[in-house]
Amino acid sequence: MNKINRKLWKYHGGLHLEEHKSISTGQQSALLPLPKRLTIPMQQHIGEAAHPIVDVGDKVLKGEMIAEASGKVSAPIHAPTSGTIVEIAALPVPHPSELNVLTIVLESDGQDQWCERYPIENYRHASSEQLRERIHDAGIVGLGGAGFPSYIKLNPGQHFAIETLILNGAECEPYITCDDQLMRERPEAILNGARIMRHALHAKRCIIAIEDNKPDAFSALNNALSQSGQNDIELVMVPTLYPTGGERQLIKVLTGKEPPSQGRTLDIGIICHNVATAAAVADAIIDGTPLISRIVTITGEAISTPQNIIAPVGAPIEELLDFAGRESGVNTQLIMGGPMMGVSLSNTNLPIVKTSNCFLLQPAEPTKPESPCIRCGECARVCPAELLPQQLYWHSRAKEFEKVQEYNLFDCIECGCCSWVCPSNIPLVHYYRFAKTEVWAQEREKEGANIARRRHEFRLERQEKVEREKAERMRKKKAMLKDKEGAKDDTAKKAAIQAAMDRAKAKREANQVDSTISASDSQPKSEL
Amino acid sequence: MFTATVTLSLLAILFGLILGYAAVRFKIDSDPVVDQIDAILPQTQCGQCSYPGCHPYAEAISNGEADINRCPPGGEATIQALADLLGVDPKPLDPEAGEVKPEKLVAIIDEQTCIGCTLCIQACPVDAILGAAKQMHTIIESECTGCELCLPPCPVDCILMVPVKQSANHWKWPFPQPSAGLNEGGNL
Repeated sequence: MNKINRKLWKYHGGLHLEEHKSISTGQQSALLPLPKRLTIPMQQHIGEAAHPIVDVGDKVLKGEMIAEASGKVSAPIHAPTSGTIVEIAALPVPHPSELNVLTIVLESDGQDQWCERYPIENYRHASSEQLRERIHDAGIVGLGGAGFPSYIKLNPGQHFAIETLILNGAECEPYITCDDQLMRERPEAILNGARIMRHALHAKRCIIAIEDNKPDAFSALNNALSQSGQNDIELVMVPTLYPTGGERQLIKVLTGKEPPSQGRTLDIGIICHNVATAAAVADAIIDGTPLISRIVTITGEAISTPQNIIAPVGAPIEELLDFAGRESGVNTQLIMGGPMMGVSLSNTNLPIVKTSNCFLLQPAEPTKPESPCIRCGECARVCPAELLPQQLYWHSRAKEFEKVQEYNLFDCIECGCCSWVCPSNIPLVHYYRFAKTEVWAQEREKEGANIARRRHEFRLERQEKVEREKAERMRKKKAMLKDKEGAKDDTAKKAAIQAAMDRAKAKREANQVDSTISASDSQPKSEL
Repeated sequence: MFTATVTLSLLAILFGLILGYAAVRFKIDSDPVVDQIDAILPQTQCGQCSYPGCHPYAEAISNGEADINRCPPGGEATIQALADLLGVDPKPLDPEAGEVKPEKLVAIIDEQTCIGCTLCIQACPVDAILGAAKQMHTIIESECTGCELCLPPCPVDCILMVPVKQSANHWKWPFPQPSAGLNEGGNL
């Protein structure tokens, strides 16, 4: 038994929420019947969108790469099943912007035929670089929701020694149970993934943290660990409190340490990955399988049998909702993610992406009217990042973006605790999200202006240089001409004069001869 | 008395030398205010302020020749920032300079129509147009500031201004709409 009495710490704030988790964990996760048409967006991760490497009409096999990573912070995308590429176009994606993003549409041939896969026989003999390359090529991104390319988080660089690898199985948000279900059903994959990641990071120790409302998941992992005969991973039960699943909050609970404000967990020798990411890593290394499907929680009061579904990337949300059954005759609202941090989507005809952990279908409720802030301070009491949500709200509202940053807006994890407790129903997180994206836009504009300035200055410099060179050339040419003329003056002119004089002389002489001849000629004439 | 006079004189000479040296050693070539103003301006180099570029306008503001409200691309935010920097009252945008565009635009060349005359290339203040004589031209969209200076020289009117394409990566959350029941301003 690996459960030890470990000292745990507490972070500031947090909320005890109604869990609503048991409604979707009653059954094994089901495999979604293969959809006919998969719409696979090129942007399923943080960073640059992937770049398609297939054309319309191409036949692809399951697991074949259809889009390559463009740039460092990017991830390739693979065909979730075998079939034909029928369209490459900008289509709507599950994103709060509801903008269109370049998408590859794959029509399944129903064969589900795998391409050749190349597992790594023994990861213990592989180098960190090899493992990272394989994880990159498998298109693995953080499956906890953020979608940051995982290979980067396995490359701490030489300056950082990694003390602890934490696998986050806290899953603290209400309703969501996909990680719970995965831990129950595939504990070996998670443990193997943990070992591979630890090997790649050379981490001294590895902890898997699970909230104590998931005893089944804990015992499944614990059994798998004792069966594996290795005692290299520590399983830790952490108290259920929202948002313990936040990276910083979990680190605080487990180690008592806090990463610096706006710094990285790397700075204190810790790397955090989601348990589902670990399972995907194990699949990529041990089976050679890229990330092409995931487990998604379909739940909510408007779903008849809430459950977890294993669905290929690109499957329409509609099909998952229909699979789980929708309550008829209810006006519903679709939320992507959980009730605290999720965003509502107005369109259900969107695809599942790598980061889709949960879809929540709730009966539509009118939004509660917003009232003025009464400065009660509840928000500051619950804020797990120890910020001052009221101040952030005032300044975001007044669009004072420098001030919001002074109040550490970017340490806000958007957990939604402040909005939840606000007696005035102020959508506080919405204000913070607005302010964050505005600040980023301003930074981009500033960057753009700096580039424009540099280009303009360079242009002016170049024009000046061209002018200068032209003037220089003119000057040189003039000088050369003058030189030439001078030279002519000296020699050519003299030569010309000399030549002219010679010519004149020759002429004169010729004339003299001529005249004598003519004289001798003329004499008889004159005699005539 | 004498000692005091000598000491003070020596000190005065010493400090004078230090100050003199510092004035040479730490000489500032350009006016820092101009650079600060220039940093606020949006660098479109559009010339709508009637100066040939953002830096000349910054110089004019710093000399007191130009007002701070002549930059339409910067809009209200730029005027406010300039007012804060210079300690003057913000003013509404000078309508003479132009109007604020509701969204950011970039130029695109209709490559079918382009005759390759290079006039736009000569007009572009940031070298964002690529092409050669009698070759089709194209605009490097990421570098275009939307200044519209390439429009008038084009003899075949093949340059269009289009809104910048929104990408999900650069999408901005809208300002939260105050729902019914909120007494606007009541909480200030």
